[in-house]
Amino acid sequence: MPAIPIAKAPQPAATNPAQIRNFCIIAHIDHGKSTLADRMLGITEVVEARNMRAQYLDRMDIERERGITIKSQAVRLPWRSGIDGNEYILNMIDTPGHVDFTYEVSRSLAACEGAILLVDCAQGIEAQTLANLYLAMENNLTIIPVLNKIDLPSAQPEKFAAELARLIGCQPEDCLRVSGKTGDGVADLLDQIVAQIPAPVGDANAPARALIFDSVYDSYRGVVTYVRVVDGHLNPREQIQMFSTGVRHEALEVGVISPEPLPSKGLGVGEVGYLITGVKDVRQSRVGDTVTTYQNPTKSPLAGYKDPKPMVFSGLFPLDGADFPLLRDALDKLQLNDAALVYEPESSAALGFGFRCGFLGLLHMEIVRERLERESGINLISTAPNVVYRVTLEDGKEFIVTNPSEFPNGKINSVKEPIVKSTILAPSEYIGTIMELCQERRGTMQGMDYISDDRVEIRYTLPLAEIVFDFFDQLKSRTKGYASLDYEELGDEEGNLVKVDILLQGEAVDAFSAIVHRDKAYSYGVMMTGKLRELIPRQQFEVPIQAAIGSRIIARENIRAIRKDVLAKCYGGDISRKRKLLEKQKEGKKRMKMVGRVEVPQEAFVAALATDADIEKIKAARKQD
Amino acid sequence: MLSFYVHIPYCIKRCGYCDFNTYTPSELQDGATLEIVSNDYIDAVLRELESAPKDQVPTIFFGGGTPSLLPANDLGRVIIAIKARNGLTADCEITLEANPDSVTQEKLQDYLAAGFNRISFGMQSAQPHVLAVLDRTHNPANVKRAVDMARAAGFESISVDLIYGTPGESLEDWRKTVTEALSLGIDHISAYALIVETGTKLAAQIKRGDLTMPNDDLMADMYLLVDQMCNAAGLNWYELSNWAKLGKECLHNIAYWQSANWWGLGPGAHSHVNRKRFWNVKHPTAYKQKLFSGESPIADSEDLTPEQLRDESIMLAIRMRSGLALSLLSEAAKDNLAAYKSSGHLEIIDGAIQLTAQGRLIADRLVREALA
Repeated sequence: MPAIPIAKAPQPAATNPAQIRNFCIIAHIDHGKSTLADRMLGITEVVEARNMRAQYLDRMDIERERGITIKSQAVRLPWRSGIDGNEYILNMIDTPGHVDFTYEVSRSLAACEGAILLVDCAQGIEAQTLANLYLAMENNLTIIPVLNKIDLPSAQPEKFAAELARLIGCQPEDCLRVSGKTGDGVADLLDQIVAQIPAPVGDANAPARALIFDSVYDSYRGVVTYVRVVDGHLNPREQIQMFSTGVRHEALEVGVISPEPLPSKGLGVGEVGYLITGVKDVRQSRVGDTVTTYQNPTKSPLAGYKDPKPMVFSGLFPLDGADFPLLRDALDKLQLNDAALVYEPESSAALGFGFRCGFLGLLHMEIVRERLERESGINLISTAPNVVYRVTLEDGKEFIVTNPSEFPNGKINSVKEPIVKSTILAPSEYIGTIMELCQERRGTMQGMDYISDDRVEIRYTLPLAEIVFDFFDQLKSRTKGYASLDYEELGDEEGNLVKVDILLQGEAVDAFSAIVHRDKAYSYGVMMTGKLRELIPRQQFEVPIQAAIGSRIIARENIRAIRKDVLAKCYGGDISRKRKLLEKQKEGKKRMKMVGRVEVPQEAFVAALATDADIEKIKAARKQD
Repeated sequence: MLSFYVHIPYCIKRCGYCDFNTYTPSELQDGATLEIVSNDYIDAVLRELESAPKDQVPTIFFGGGTPSLLPANDLGRVIIAIKARNGLTADCEITLEANPDSVTQEKLQDYLAAGFNRISFGMQSAQPHVLAVLDRTHNPANVKRAVDMARAAGFESISVDLIYGTPGESLEDWRKTVTEALSLGIDHISAYALIVETGTKLAAQIKRGDLTMPNDDLMADMYLLVDQMCNAAGLNWYELSNWAKLGKECLHNIAYWQSANWWGLGPGAHSHVNRKRFWNVKHPTAYKQKLFSGESPIADSEDLTPEQLRDESIMLAIRMRSGLALSLLSEAAKDNLAAYKSSGHLEIIDGAIQLTAQGRLIADRLVREALA
């Protein structure tokens, strides 16, 4: 067997860089990356068969349940090449596959010399994989194309080998064929990693330089910082220094992941591992920063990364106002592991106290929300997501708007919104459908290419706001799930945008203000006023519900005055029952929100904002009560 | 003083809208007749009576179920026992709820002889299609016959119960029903908006979409109509759902609304004695078993806190023409209610809040404001 017992394998800090191969796997969700990784752990025997479990490297419940990877991981795999018989150390750096986490992918790529492009040979390449592939090619990584799931009856390896060959400019027969499930071809793949991917190059005698590609908060150990050493050496008990801040820490522990943390005597050139300094805040170990030593610091840092920038904003409010402090604690805790999450307190007349949060994208938002609810047991309601707008008034004043209710009043000169460059891959029969959707969403077509005989790549620029609003769901449903989408930021563009307010009895309800394209303002107004008319109970007086752009009313509904609210019968046995009902209603009245003189049950606001999934959750919570 | 309610938990058939604590003979015992199931029922009621206080009695009300299914002799035993034990006031009001189908001239004379002096017929509607939806068995023509017979027998206080807001009932249907009721020459009308109780046949029909409940606006119009027609006919409203000629108000029901002491005899019956409410086990069989084995039939009880007492008095007083004394209200409540004075939902008369017809339609809302 080409596996090497760990004790006999080349040891960290004492491994010749020529024996090291650093690689990552680029793949779409459910194309089998985690299964292949599991198989690699098994075949190299770093995890004993009896300890094996599915998706071994995915640490969070959410990762396992959703089958996605959120944080990157790095595992050291000893391997004896079946080609030359020599011992090697393969460092596998796991990468997330979702568009929201592109920045995580770029970190992983910078720590590698090569990438496996893993494609499900029953589905073909997906848009996000393509985007990550281009990213890897820009980073001059060696790409090994691999077709996975060859055991599936629906596999079409020839077709997709041709597709991959066309994309990366190799021959179809260069594509390896594996099955993560059966293990077929995996040993051969490991041999090819050794043969094709270049060994890392660095100067062992130069001042230490290591790139931080991830940092994770662990409640027992504090921050665990993942690094790739480029030059020099990192040793335990040594004073290390962060290049950007100059802050000094003692490296309490240095080690490798195998796949559990294994302390080592250090890390040398080309090696990938972790260090622990006892720091509690991940922001002190900034991803992209260069780690050097205090004794012998480097003068030139490694090229870092762009800081991830929140693109999508939404208000998160606890359903029960008393949970606000809990929510704050939960967000603080989550941020320890998620530097991309930003938030600040927000107060809404309709929803009470909460936080305005910034996310990388919709999936990031969903995951954050799910983790908050799961890890702290708070029921949350979120306002409709929006993007960042730059508003310039006629007097030249500029505002950055991340919350529609903060959209400035006064004469507006221009409103700019973020635009993205999107790539959609789909079977060619859906070209018309996709173009129609993109046109509806204010898209501009940039081009189209066939990537195989019956699959196309369609490129559009689109306002991000349109993507944030159910674009992906629409794309999936209109293409029977076959289309995939990737997008990247392209800057700001002026748009014909207006703020629509929803007024109850003349008072704006903050949670429902929205910034929309002028052509869609009317339909938003009609939709929202109609929804609220259904949800708000009749009051003592007639209540107008209006949608307005500035002072111009564009839609109106009326809640008519209540005429009947009485139980006709009240005799002996009814009295207790009725009193208890009143006692309950008295409590309910406390939960009413007042908008001017209008009494609105919080449930009505929640229902107006809720998605179908939210409504299910609320129902489930009620059942438990 | 202590009023008595006597529950007769039997019906020949269960009506589709009804969720009262009543049973058909076959529900209680396979193939049984009313005589078999009710055989020892009055014995059990008399046993329960033994534990009641001995205060003098101003009103007795036999409700159900269908009390008129039982012969006057049986019901008379209860009246005799109460009279012998507690004593009745000189003008003690003794009411019988009756199904217009189950009475005869002779039977009515017997009831009068047994001590009843007030009778209330379940008329519900004069429209056959409405009665059909309500699943009532009686022929509308029987109501007039029954009222005439009762009057001939010598009853001086006669009331009918009406229901409005039945699926399929129009405002015109309702007008005809009220006209018909008023033409009977009676001195009391109770009119109730139909309440769809969960678990009834009617609720199932509505859930399936076979029937559709009228909207609140139609219900409100129906209420305003009956109020206006009754008042015009000299039957004045004295409680939200009750209209009567002067001096013909139902004293028994007023006792409920004034939080007087009253004792409910029978399964599921509620009592209120000196700020304590308690109620009996629900099923007639369990009720009989408890009493015959010497146990109390009381299922549960609650002692009312001063706050609960106050809430109840507000909730009940607001329904009555005599009104809700301002002295019962907090300043916040008065503030809340001020807006309803200007909107015409209430008036203030002699230091008490009296609801207008529009106000009575939102009485529960006003109670919530008054409880602040």
